[in-house]
Amino acid sequence: MNYDYNLSAIAVPLILAAGSVLVLLTDVLLGKKAKDSAYQTTLTILALAGVFCFTRWGTGGSAFFGQVYTDGFTSFFNLAFLTVGFLVVLNSPNYLIRNGIDHGEYYMLILLALLGMTFMASAGDLLIFFLGLETMSICLYVLAGFHKSRAKSNESSLKYLLLGAFFTGFLLYGMALVYGQVGSTNLAEISNYLAEAANPLGGYMGIGLALLLIGLTFKMAVVPFHFWSPDVYDGAPTPVTAFMSTAPKAAAFAAALRIFYHPGIELGIPWENVLWVLAVLTMTVGNFAALAQTSVKRMLAYSSITHAGYLLVGFLASNELGASGMLFYLFMYGFMNVGAFTIAYLVNRRGKGNYNLSDFAQLGTKSPMLAALMSIFMLSLTGIPPLAGFFGKLYIFSAAVQEGYVWLVVIAVLNSAISVFYYLRVMVMMYMREGEDLADLEKAPTVAITAVICGLAILIFGLFPSPLLDLARASIIALL
Amino acid sequence: MISDFTPVVWMLISAGILTAIMMAVAIFLGPKKMTKVKAEPFECGIEPTGDANDTRFPVKFYLVAILFILFDIEIVFLYPWAVVFNELPMAAFVSIVIFMTVLMAGLLYAIKKGVLEWK
Repeated sequence: MNYDYNLSAIAVPLILAAGSVLVLLTDVLLGKKAKDSAYQTTLTILALAGVFCFTRWGTGGSAFFGQVYTDGFTSFFNLAFLTVGFLVVLNSPNYLIRNGIDHGEYYMLILLALLGMTFMASAGDLLIFFLGLETMSICLYVLAGFHKSRAKSNESSLKYLLLGAFFTGFLLYGMALVYGQVGSTNLAEISNYLAEAANPLGGYMGIGLALLLIGLTFKMAVVPFHFWSPDVYDGAPTPVTAFMSTAPKAAAFAAALRIFYHPGIELGIPWENVLWVLAVLTMTVGNFAALAQTSVKRMLAYSSITHAGYLLVGFLASNELGASGMLFYLFMYGFMNVGAFTIAYLVNRRGKGNYNLSDFAQLGTKSPMLAALMSIFMLSLTGIPPLAGFFGKLYIFSAAVQEGYVWLVVIAVLNSAISVFYYLRVMVMMYMREGEDLADLEKAPTVAITAVICGLAILIFGLFPSPLLDLARASIIALL
Repeated sequence: MISDFTPVVWMLISAGILTAIMMAVAIFLGPKKMTKVKAEPFECGIEPTGDANDTRFPVKFYLVAILFILFDIEIVFLYPWAVVFNELPMAAFVSIVIFMTVLMAGLLYAIKKGVLEWK
């Protein structure tokens, strides 16, 4: 019998897995003497995994009997996950120590969640994808409730767990039906079936794929499966929220592209109509709910729903530009959201701890650098050129126009215009409002470094988007 | 494709019928003598005392139960592996070593966290 054990094909997840064990042991063995040993180990491991990912960029092919793909698409998403993970970990100690939840397990859970995501993006089989999804989700359930003495955090964890388990049922049922129709859980076999079948959505395939889509859109927080996300994002510790609103969303979209991205195969009108309605609902509901929020954290939570809607527009367009635009957008969205959440929790310290918008008053004079960075994140989330967020939206929307979804793009652009209101409200608060006399900001170098990295990345990739877009396009071509 | 699963359906149906027959035989033909011992929730030879509802259990039992499941799973993997050990390639040995390492790391973590200290 021929064994296909090419361990170097999964070097990045292996480093993460070994790293999580190492972090756990470092924390219990050295944690008492050297307080931040787990923190430093985690950063080293993430950097190491990033170097591995970058130097051994995927060149195509698969390993473990087609269970795992080792192509550019895998590498691209691995790099995106590791970047978000690194930025989140980098600024976490400040929050954790302040709230008295500075435990080494936090870092281990982040590493394991990243491990699950890497398998979601590289899965060549529905079962591997499912294992990755569960690894990620279980870590996130625990992370959401990491602030275990605070009721809100427990609420967040429990809601996420119960709804997550419920939607896992949908996902598994979908997989079972797809297996019943195709006779295999292998993604290559499934796409062969779709290409050859006279009616791709006939038999059990239509309902199977629909249930799979429901399971995935739950993780993306797409309306009408979004009800968990504002409460979960609001209750979780803020660095965890920054993590949850970016990396798992990217992982879910990566898996969706792996499973559903088959250019040249028409899945039929019902499929397109469903995605069309989902995209419009997601953008609009997220936007209007965000308008009404007074808490910056909740506002960002709803805005992350809206962004899932924009990404669905690219997913519906499903051509090369649309898909590579999604990759670009997801990568940049990580920087924007992590940066915004990071500054939000630092500023929150000045007020009463409710993430009130009014905490931002006079930030422009008290700390010009932070205010400028926050403005970059807000403008980029709005989609103002020349920032990276603008180019993400540009690629996605123009791809949708190419495919003839003109009305969808009109609605998307109108939604972007509405979002200007709540993003710019933060800037108005920082620069133009005479607020009550709030406390000064504490010095937090790691938070500042994180925000500066995020801001620079948005500026650089906004001014020179083509290298990253080319990389994304090469990854998408590798997907075929 | 669907017809591959016909035997499974037949097995389900026959299992259902067999169960129904066995239960019916026991209900209609079996003798019924109710004694005090038979009516007890647990039949272990000792007179039951107290009420199960207001008895508190130390939360440590829960941790021990989790550790027990860990090592239960370990046995499930190790036994079949040990039986065919000689015929397996090197990769199988490496896999089981990785598995055991992770398990031992977990045990070390549990000990260091004081899970096994019973006060």
